[in-house]
Order: sequence, then structure tokens, then C-alpha cells
Amino acid sequence: MHVLSIDRSIIDAIVAHARRDHPDEACGVVAGPVGSDTPTRHIPMDNAARSMTFYEFDSMEHLRVWREMDDRDEEPVVIYHSHTATEAYPSRTDVSFAGEPGAHYLLVSTREPDSEEIRSFRIVDGVITEEPVRVVEAGVDPHAVQSYMFGQSPATVDYECSGR
Amino acid sequence: MAIEVRIPTILRSYTGGAKVVDGTGDTLADLLTDLDSRHGGLRGRLITDAGTLHRFVNVYVNDEDVRFLGALDAKLSDGDSVTILPAVAGGAFGFAAAAAISSHSAAVAAR
Repeated sequence: MHVLSIDRSIIDAIVAHARRDHPDEACGVVAGPVGSDTPTRHIPMDNAARSMTFYEFDSMEHLRVWREMDDRDEEPVVIYHSHTATEAYPSRTDVSFAGEPGAHYLLVSTREPDSEEIRSFRIVDGVITEEPVRVVEAGVDPHAVQSYMFGQSPATVDYECSGR
Repeated sequence: MAIEVRIPTILRSYTGGAKVVDGTGDTLADLLTDLDSRHGGLRGRLITDAGTLHRFVNVYVNDEDVRFLGALDAKLSDGDSVTILPAVAGGAFGFAAAAAISSHSAAVAAR
């Protein structure tokens, strides 16, 4: 089973981006070394649609960032966006557009003012598969780390990310 | 000399896994027809039934978005580099409404 393991500092930066752009949807990428399945470099992207219900990478920024990843032997490990009035679950639009079968699609819901719902999915050939998110605390022995999961199936349960 | 075409992961099943393939053509439409003769099915993933460039992909000639170069009519020359990327988009909005907005903005971009 797939799991998204992601550093706490990156999750914090994604949530801060989503809060900053609220009520518009925020979007971005976390790049990581090819084949590592480890997100290491957070790249907030402009939402060219500047919309509360739609997001779209600017096509030129998209090309520049993808080329830069290529040059650095990186790939898009995480592609994230926020839903600002609904749950953190892929919409039909999200599924229609999902074109990176290797990526973790991370959704953040900012509909609640003081908590965020964070969930991760694989979207391959139109099929959504939810996966647990394991937040890794940096600076601690990874074998002794206390990690916690949220956004785990079944999809009907809301898991909140707290403690920030 | 030929035109170098960079293929995204999701379409490499049509190119036997190749990340870069070569093709020829005076326009993007010609190039895609040429590619389809060797990589059957690829064209259908990029062009809609209505004969326009698919909403779900971005295509660049050198460093320009082809939507600003005449889309499928974009002129090509030997030595050009074409890059195909799956568009990254989505959101909470319903698909029909999103598609309507997208085709509107594509039309605006094409002006």
C-alpha cells in the first residue's frame, strides 16, 4: 500500500500557502529526487485561474518548473491544491485533469478557520485511491520518530491536522 | 534534421517508454500525424474529436505555449523542440462549468 511520507516543515509551508490564498484555491508541487518517492523541495505555484473553485498552473511557470526539475533529476512527488469551501477529496474535475500517475495528489481543505483537513490520493486512469499521510518530524532519529497518520481510508471520516 | 518531441510519463506507453522521440512536419498538426504513424494512439490523446488541441495537455514549441502560436496551426521548423506536459488543473468546481471556463480562456488566449 502507498503511503505519503512528508516532512512536517513542508506540510506547514503548504498549509501556510493555502491559508494565504484562501478563499482562492492554492496550488503547487513538492519535488523530490527521481525514484525516491520523497518530497524535498516545496514549490508554491501561481493559481492562474485565481478562483475559489478552480486552479490551474500558469503554462509558462509550469514549463519552467518542470524543466528545472528535469535538470536537477527531480520529479513531481506531490502535487497539491486546496479546496476552500468543501472537503479535501478529489472532485470530478481533479480526476479529469490528473496527468501525473506517479504523483501523490495532496488536498488541503481550509473551509474550517482553525483546522485543516489534509488527505492524499493516487489518481491513475480515473481511479482515486486514498493513502495515509505520515508526517515526519525533522531533526529526530527517523526510527524513533513519533509519526501520525491522517486522511486514511475509509473516506467518510474527517481527520484533522492539529497542533499548529 | 528533425523535430525533437519530449513525451510526458503518462504518454510514454505510446512511445515504448521513450522520453524523447523525433518527428517531422510543417505544423503541429502535421507533426502529430507523423508521430501517430509510428506511435499509434498518441495523436488521439492530444487532439479532441472536434479536431482541437486537448484541454488536458500543454504543448510548447521551444519555450512558447502553442496556444499563443496558433495551436495546431503553429509553424514548425527543423531543429525545433516540442514539449508536451499534462496540464495541472482542477478544483472544487463541477467539471462542466470548469470546461466552459477553460474553453473560454483558451479562446481568449487564441485571440
